[in-house]
Amino acid sequence: MSDEDVLATAATWAAEGEEVALATVVETWGSSPRPAGSRLAVTASGRMAGSVSGGCIEGAVAEAAQRTMETGAPQLLDFGISDERAWEVGLACGGKLQVFLERLA
Amino acid sequence: MTPDLLARLREAQAAKRPVALLTRLSDGRQRLWPDDSVPAALSEAAEAALRDDKASAVALDGDKWFVHPHNPPARLIVVGAVHVAQALVPMAATLGFAVTVVDPRRAFATPERFPGVSLSFDWPDEAMAALALDGRSAVVTLTHDPKLDDPALDVALRSPCFYIGALGSRRTHAKRVARLQEMGHGEGAIARIRAPVGLDIAAVTASEIALSVLAEVVAARRGAALAQRNAPAVAAA
Repeated sequence: MSDEDVLATAATWAAEGEEVALATVVETWGSSPRPAGSRLAVTASGRMAGSVSGGCIEGAVAEAAQRTMETGAPQLLDFGISDERAWEVGLACGGKLQVFLERLA
Repeated sequence: MTPDLLARLREAQAAKRPVALLTRLSDGRQRLWPDDSVPAALSEAAEAALRDDKASAVALDGDKWFVHPHNPPARLIVVGAVHVAQALVPMAATLGFAVTVVDPRRAFATPERFPGVSLSFDWPDEAMAALALDGRSAVVTLTHDPKLDDPALDVALRSPCFYIGALGSRRTHAKRVARLQEMGHGEGAIARIRAPVGLDIAAVTASEIALSVLAEVVAARRGAALAQRNAPAVAAA
């Protein structure tokens, strides 16, 4: 799904009355799977479109997005995880990245 | 992001107008460049981001801003509404290319064969001139007919497009090279044409040929080593 499609999907969901948050990769270090500018749209009801990683951190981002949707306050999240914690929320590839979360409203 | 800003961003995308979304990461304040007025430093960063097609975070007066370019999609011009084109077009769309199919032969270029695709029925030289090829354009000729392929290649060779591929065997290409030389194109220019077209994956079916062509287009766009051809095509002749 292209970045343009993610925005279109987010707009459609918002028009349907969903609470929507947008996550954007703003900085990467090392071997992060998705470049800066990659987007993930999530809804309070649990729908997801696009990606900010290879699937490693989408769950954690979606969870954090619930707070942004509730309060309207944007968040800047850092992910970058050593190998022994790779099974937790993090990147098995050893990369690091920063994600900006904002409410669509 | 406000619904208003999202609407403006999507309008720019629909109009194929390059814009950059600027976000102050401390509080989420946003501006759309060049529509909104922004400090000169941010304006320069936005211009550079669009030119390099690369998003990045920049520091300005102690604030961190995310500069996110939104360029119109790269274009793929397919000359020849043939069977391979039918396989190529949907794959190219999946890869994010805006595709135009050029073929004056109405029997081939039908909406039934190419649903939802931008079709041009003009003669290739006119069609190509109207498309104003730029550095984000790729051209693939598939007709096998010099009357259609040659004028398209003539225009492509005079443009800064990043990829030119022509379907046909080495022998077909050798003859094509001779014709293009007669049209005034030099050896170096003609060597831009990738023929036989596509990465050599021993493709047989229309879909496989489409895959090999698009793999080469992507490799050329991203500057992959795989996109380098060792000998110029003329040397093979």
